[in-house]
This record gives sequence, C-alpha cells and structure tokens, in this order.
Amino acid sequence: MSWLQKGRWRKSSTLVFDLIDAYWGKIPVVKPGSAGRGDGPGATGSLFIKRKKRSRWKESAIQSFFFANGVLAVVVLVGIFGILLTTAVPAFREIPLAEFAKKAWDPTSPEKPLYGLLSMIVSTLMVTAGALVIAIPVGLGVAAYLSDVAHWRVREVVKPVVEVLAGIPSVVTGFLGIMLFGPLIARIFHRGNGLNAANGSFLLAIMALPTIISISEDSLNAVPPAYSEASLALGGSLWQTLVRVKIPAALSGIIASIMLGMGRAIGETMTVLMATGNARAFPHGFLDSVRTMTANIAIELGEVPYYTTHYYALFAVGLILFIMTFIVNLIADVILNKYQQREL
Amino acid sequence: MKKNAKKKFIQFIGFLVLRLCLYTVLAILLIFLYDIVKNGGGAISWEFISQPPRRGMTEGGIFPAIVGTFIVTAVTAVLAIPLGMFAAIYLNEYAKQSRLTRLIRLSIRNLSGVPSIVYGLFGVILFVNILKFGTSILSAGLTLGLLTLPWTITASEEALKTIPNSYREGALALGATKWQAIRTNVLPYAIPGMLTGTVLGLARAAGETAPIMFTGAAFYLPFLPKSLSDQFMALPYHLYIMATQHHAIQQVRPLAYGTALVLIVLVLGMNMTAVVIRYRLRRKRRW
Repeated sequence: MSWLQKGRWRKSSTLVFDLIDAYWGKIPVVKPGSAGRGDGPGATGSLFIKRKKRSRWKESAIQSFFFANGVLAVVVLVGIFGILLTTAVPAFREIPLAEFAKKAWDPTSPEKPLYGLLSMIVSTLMVTAGALVIAIPVGLGVAAYLSDVAHWRVREVVKPVVEVLAGIPSVVTGFLGIMLFGPLIARIFHRGNGLNAANGSFLLAIMALPTIISISEDSLNAVPPAYSEASLALGGSLWQTLVRVKIPAALSGIIASIMLGMGRAIGETMTVLMATGNARAFPHGFLDSVRTMTANIAIELGEVPYYTTHYYALFAVGLILFIMTFIVNLIADVILNKYQQREL
Repeated sequence: MKKNAKKKFIQFIGFLVLRLCLYTVLAILLIFLYDIVKNGGGAISWEFISQPPRRGMTEGGIFPAIVGTFIVTAVTAVLAIPLGMFAAIYLNEYAKQSRLTRLIRLSIRNLSGVPSIVYGLFGVILFVNILKFGTSILSAGLTLGLLTLPWTITASEEALKTIPNSYREGALALGATKWQAIRTNVLPYAIPGMLTGTVLGLARAAGETAPIMFTGAAFYLPFLPKSLSDQFMALPYHLYIMATQHHAIQQVRPLAYGTALVLIVLVLGMNMTAVVIRYRLRRKRRW
C-alpha cells in the first residue's frame, strides 16, 4: 500500500478540504511587493490584524460546518422518529387502540379489516427469545475461550473469522435457512418444509453471535488483572477464576452485549422473512410458522395502496418496532456507559 | 490432593465446553460457506456474470443486478463518506465534553441499532414521496447512505484517534490555526484509515435488502439503468426473489445459489480488502 503513503496521494486526499478553503475565502497572502510599498510598518501591522480577524472568522465558519455535520446524526434519528410518528398518526386515529391489542391482523379483509398486532409482537419476541437462548451460552463460551483460554495466535485468527460471520448478508443467511436448516428441521420433527420459528431463531442466533462475542470479550479483557491475580493467588483454578471472578466482574458488559444482540434480532428482516414461513396465525410453539413485525412490513408494504388505513397501520408497526429497538439499545448504552465510567 | 484433582477435572470439562462453543461457531461458518461454494460454483460462468436474465429469469445471468449493486453502492458512498468524515472530524477534533456531544454520540450508537426495514420506511416517505425522487437508484442509495452513516462516523473517528496529539500540537505551536493543523497534520495521515473503515460499512450496505425493497430495487429489468432516477436490479434483492418469489423455485435454485455466491464474494471481498489494508497501515505506522 505504498501509494497510500506517497506524497501525491496525501496532496490529492485533502483536495476536498482545499475546496472548502477556497469557498470560505483564502487568507490574503502578503506579497513581498505590496508590503513594502512605502507605507511604513503600520500598514503591515494593520494587514496582519485584518488577516488574523479574517482567519478567525474562517475558523469559526469551518467549525460550524463540522458541527452541522456532527449534529446530523441527531437530526436523522429525530427525523426517523418524526416521520414514522406523523405517518402512523392517521392509523391511531382511524383504528381504536383496543383493536391493536387483538390477535388477528387482516387489513385486506373485505368484510371487516382487522388490525390486531398481538400475534406479530408475540412472534417477534418469541423468535428473539429463541435466538438468545442459543446465542447467549454459545457466544459467552466463545468470548470466554478467546479471552482466557486461547493462545493469542488463535485469537488473532478467530477474531477476523467472527467478523466474516458478521459480514454475511442477511439475505444469504435467510437463503441458507431455506436450503439447509429448513429441510433438516422438517426431517427431524416431521413438519412440512421446516420454515418456522425454530428455524428463524437459529438463524438470528447466528446473526447475533458476532455482536455478543466481540463485546463480551472486550469486557472480559477489561477486567483488571489484579482481580484474577488475587483469585489465582488464593489457589483458585483458571476455571474458578473465570466463572466466579471474571464473569461477574464483566457482567455489565456481557449484559450490554446481549441487549445489543437482542436489538439486532428484533430488527432483523430478511432472515425471518425468508425462514419463518410467515403465517399470520397466533404462534403456539417453536414449530409453528410465524410472521414477525419486520416480515409483515416487508410483505405488505409492496402491495398496499398508498395513503390507506392499511398503509398507515404498517407505519404504526414500524413505529412500535423502532421504539422497541430504541429502548433495548438505550438500555445497552446506559449499561455500557456506567461500566466505562467505573473503569476510569 | 483429591480436591485438587477434582478442581482440575472441572476445569478440564469447563474449558472443553468453551472450546466446543468455538468449534460450533466455526463449523457453522464453514458449513455456510461450503454449501454456497459447492452449489453456487456450478452456476458461475462467464455467461452468468455478463448476461441479463432470460426466459422469466429461469436462464441467463445476473449482469444487471451486479451493475445495479455497484451503482447504488457508489451513491451510498457519495453520501456516507463525506458526511461520516465531517461528523467524525467534529467529534474528534472540535467537540468538547458537553451534554450535546453526549447526545450526538448517543444518537450515533442508536442509529446503528435502528432496524434496516425502518430505514426503508423512512426512505419511502422522505426520498420517494416528500422529495419526489420516486423509486429510484437515488432514493435507494440515499437510504443506504443514512444506514451506513453511523458506521462510517465510528470508523472515521477510530482513524482520527490513532493520530498522536503531538502532530496537532506541532502545527499549533508553529502558529497554525486549528483548521490548518487538522488539514495539514491530521487528515493526510488519517484519511487512508478513514477510507478503509468506510469500505467495511459500504460492504454491509451492499448486502442489505430491506432498505432497498421499497425505495428502488426492481423485480426484473432486462436493461441497465440509464440515470439515477431509474429503478435497478440489485444482487441481494435478486437473491430474495429467486429464493422465495419465483414461479419456478425449484428450477432456479442453481441460479439462486450462484447469486448468493457472487454476493458473498463481493461483500466479503470488500471486507477482506479493507481488513488487509488496515492491517498493513497499522504495521507501517511509525509513531
């Protein structure tokens, strides 16, 4: 990558910023001729002050420019919430709240459209819970192995491999759910095509694993060495130290990693859309076909006529989804922050 | 002595379980990749890469989908790279420890947790309806750009953090203004790192399906898009169609596997390139 280090690259790489400079007006350069035009030292002095003022103005303009870009994240987040809310409001106006709490969702029914969200929400929570039941022990196990047992060379190899797992597009995971795990589940439990909640849970567990592994491992590594040294000095084995000292000490980070993995599982669309079968009925077990909130939006948004109650209702589903993931992520954030402060 | 043996035995079993966890994860990844390469490899041919689909997508290739994915990722990059860099420069160079800064950081972390389908809903309203871009490359690219933003900001900030403070102080001590110091002594060293981090974000965006489903991806187009306001075919959406929506699903399985293989090679290829470049940069660093 020597070209990255070469002077020419460096020069061209700041071209954008040169353009910004040009836009805000270059600092007037004092030419040798103009300064010595017999006005005495006072003239250069005033030019210097002018130049300083000018550059101060430019500096603050540049700072505000970057500030505006920094605030953009807040604007986008509030914008997403605002747009979901304003589009969902007609749905809340036209459909009584009690209706939302029912099980049946059938907005296209010719007699009486039904807008019950309960089946969807339960499906989402069920698939997510199933995913966590698989992902928490496995993820924590891998994290503990990497932080406490593995040779550092193994760690150097495994960490990028876990990143590869995180890089697999969700639609590919969903496709493999149809092709690999569907038939497997169908053969074991003798159930149709194997596209059900269990399949979805399994795939979501795989997708949540990289998050859980990397953040748990970080928090296990952040446990001060004095803790484990004390335990070892008292005659504890490595295993006892891990289970009774390190994991409790890193618990907040581990919980945060689980919350983040959970947020990912709740919001994942393509895998559940492809692998869970998408039946609208209320689920009674993991071998039932389920339709999660995300899958429901993905299925119906393409077919629904714009600006109908059904359309607004889909945005209401999106709004609830947004709020659910927001809360989960916020909890993870609060936990992580607290834990970072304690570290200091 | 006996107690000690028991302790050792428990430790042995415990570590064995941990090791099994690791092997399980690695095995799953291997099975994934093996299955795709085995079944997709047969479908790959020059025709598959360079031809549009034919006969109701039961024959032919995926050329328009590959091109579409590249174009839409380019639009994503145009939005996400500069915005992400600027925001990162603000956070790392200008921002002070304040409530507002904390709010910005909180928003960034939360944005990265917003479900991709919610970005899709947002894109439908903002880009397709309000800004009247229609279902187009532009709408889809901008939606993906917003989705990528938190990742590019975080990656760019990581790169800025690696530049030692003495670089900034050196320039400031010579009388440079803050911006001059950043421009001459920070950015030239940080930009390669910023770009590699951003490529990782773009790789994830290229594999996303849910945000583009309703903002511009088309079921089937025999020709290539002519402008940014055209619809497009994209690899991930094409795979979704081939896997679940096609009228002759069993017949097109090989094509679906081929699409999955191309998509994975593309996304993981981008990932690997970024990781390798990052690794080399780290080794080359002299401070």
